[in-house]
Amino acid sequence: MALSRITSPFRSTNLLIPSILSSLRHRSISNDTTLTIETSIPFTAHNCDAPSRSVETTTSELMSFFRDMVLMRRMEIAADSLYKAKLIRGFCHLYDGQEAVAVGMEAAINSKDCVITAYRDHCTFLCRGGTLIEVFSELMGRKDGCSKGKGGSMHFYRKEGGFYGGHGIVGAQIPLGVGLAFGQKYSKDPNVTFSLYGDGAANQGQLFEALNIAALWDLPAILVCENNHYGMGTAEWRSAKSPAYYKRGDYAPGLKVDGMDVLAVKQACKFAKEHALKNGPLILEMDTYRYHGHSMSDPGSTYRTRDEISGVRQERDPIERVRKLVLAHDIATEKELKDIEKEARKEVDEAIAKAKESQMPDPSDLYTNVYVKGLGVEAFGPDRKEVKATLP
Amino acid sequence: MLGVIRHKTVRPTFSAFRHFSSSTKQQMTVRDALNSALDEEMSADPKVFLMGEEVGEYQGAYKISKGLLEKYGPERVLDTPITEAGFTGIGVGAAYYGLKPVVEFMTFNFSMQAIDHIINSAAKSNYMSAGQISVPIVFRGPNGAAAGVGAQHSHCYASWYGSCPGLKVLAPYSSEDARGLLKAAIRDPDPVIFLENELLYGESFPVSAEVLDSSFCLPIGKAKIEREGKDVTITAFSKMVGYALKAAEILAKEGISAEVINLRSIRPLDRSTINASVRKTNRLVTVEEGFPQHGVGAEICTSVIEESFGYLDAPVERIAGADVPMPYAANLERLAVPQIEDIVRAAKRACHRSVPMAATA
Repeated sequence: MALSRITSPFRSTNLLIPSILSSLRHRSISNDTTLTIETSIPFTAHNCDAPSRSVETTTSELMSFFRDMVLMRRMEIAADSLYKAKLIRGFCHLYDGQEAVAVGMEAAINSKDCVITAYRDHCTFLCRGGTLIEVFSELMGRKDGCSKGKGGSMHFYRKEGGFYGGHGIVGAQIPLGVGLAFGQKYSKDPNVTFSLYGDGAANQGQLFEALNIAALWDLPAILVCENNHYGMGTAEWRSAKSPAYYKRGDYAPGLKVDGMDVLAVKQACKFAKEHALKNGPLILEMDTYRYHGHSMSDPGSTYRTRDEISGVRQERDPIERVRKLVLAHDIATEKELKDIEKEARKEVDEAIAKAKESQMPDPSDLYTNVYVKGLGVEAFGPDRKEVKATLP
Repeated sequence: MLGVIRHKTVRPTFSAFRHFSSSTKQQMTVRDALNSALDEEMSADPKVFLMGEEVGEYQGAYKISKGLLEKYGPERVLDTPITEAGFTGIGVGAAYYGLKPVVEFMTFNFSMQAIDHIINSAAKSNYMSAGQISVPIVFRGPNGAAAGVGAQHSHCYASWYGSCPGLKVLAPYSSEDARGLLKAAIRDPDPVIFLENELLYGESFPVSAEVLDSSFCLPIGKAKIEREGKDVTITAFSKMVGYALKAAEILAKEGISAEVINLRSIRPLDRSTINASVRKTNRLVTVEEGFPQHGVGAEICTSVIEESFGYLDAPVERIAGADVPMPYAANLERLAVPQIEDIVRAAKRACHRSVPMAATA
């Protein structure tokens, strides 16, 4: 499973991938070697027993972590440029720095488990089976986008991959995720739902309403706080009387996780899935960081020091951590890793070029998907005497 | 308290309706109509479930869900805590997953706590996801004025929800409406707002064998002409349909033949039925209990002016609730909502009959 992730879901017509793979196979890892690696720091638990710090992984899984995170990092940086070039409009919230959360989570679950998040969703979408072309097309409002250009950056969805968006209203995704978990339990599916939210959303009343019901009804819901320490421009200590978000579930168990350590994330999510299926909801707090500001209109440096940002990049960057692991365990050489990075850059550039060729949606698409069953009713344009459409 | 319950006379249970002769029409309360519709749809489709405050063990705050917990169990009839934002979001999430939730608001006033989920999570999802995420959910409960419940419990939300693309908004009047429209709403793959009326729950209406059949369903988006006429068109929905019909009787005695349209569907609005009627009668009176500004009547008047201007022989008339929060005192409350005489007066104005203002309220 881990090996196949190198070539999919990041669909690419490029042939360099197989050649890198074959060069990797040349070295003595023709079969996957299992490794046990300790997380950077132990887990901190609330009302439960923390899982072990020793995480089982394989050489190919580590390589896929590296490649996936590198691709995401490149994708987000490219989105930054596209936004500055005015090809992306409106809101654009970038995830670079937080890659380990999406990637580590994906390694612990399958496509029947559900993931729902807020608007910082590009990388989560990719993890759940989305393609780069779908991402860039959607960001640029083209018809090959995952939402056919009608959603935009904040509204990516991939139902077949168990990804339910992509939500613009802070906190709303939490009860929605608990609803997905309700659906899983109702349908007797042995699966769980991860509802991701930020430290900014962690004080929302609807979180506590949804958690209460999840605990009462024993739903397989996992609430994941991606604590990047800033809710837009407001630091956590300014918005939360208790920023120990993993404890805020009170009766619900919680775990504090180093969100920059992809193996810790994987371990925590694995633990959470087992727990939720047996014992109901719990909270995971991922201690993570975003390099960009809240969105493209926020430089991100008026409320944080540049030293803090570069400090995290030096000490805790998730990609660098995996790079060090790979090199320390002789899984690949520096050059091979650099080649993967070059390859990722190429893949991203090609996807952008393809996405730029994609058409904008047809004007008639203004009126599609308003309803599943439009009943043949009329919908009007701004000048109702000029333009009207019949909803199918 | 128990004594009061025993005082309430035998309410016909659903089983009583199985004994009917095809020639006479059975009577059925709106309450039983809603209960039977829920029952039949839950029986037909295991994905349908009901959630809301007091819907289970209490048998429903207004007894609409009576007997359903016993029949379908606590997995399909769920009592929620008093947390509208939370449980509405959960209902919408369940609909995302593919289930068919019926979310009850004890009154639609409380839906305001959940309105973000209704509009942003439910109504818009199919569009934003270009068809990937559909939301087959029904939000139902009593809407509008009741009796003496004061300002915070009397708001009408028909025009609020009626303005939002992605929602369907229904407002039943009779038991036939209640059965047919609720069944249609539950079967519909889109989010539906189902506006009931507390004061109508206990009213009985005749229902035919066809209406009682479990396959009965009414189309969404089609109004019903409750009473044919040729002099003036009166549109109304929910409780006001009853008032409009009574007004039509009074008008008939004075030689004015009023056509009463029961809207049934606020969104989509049946513009063609309304316009066809006005083209026949040349006069329009819209009636609603809710506030007039940006109301349902405002939309109907505009639609008629846009599409049938040449057919109008008089200015359009709107009867609506008074522009004040609902007062408690009985006399003030009566002044705050439309009365039958208001409808009669407006119809006469439209027919160029001058009418002296009523001397007392």
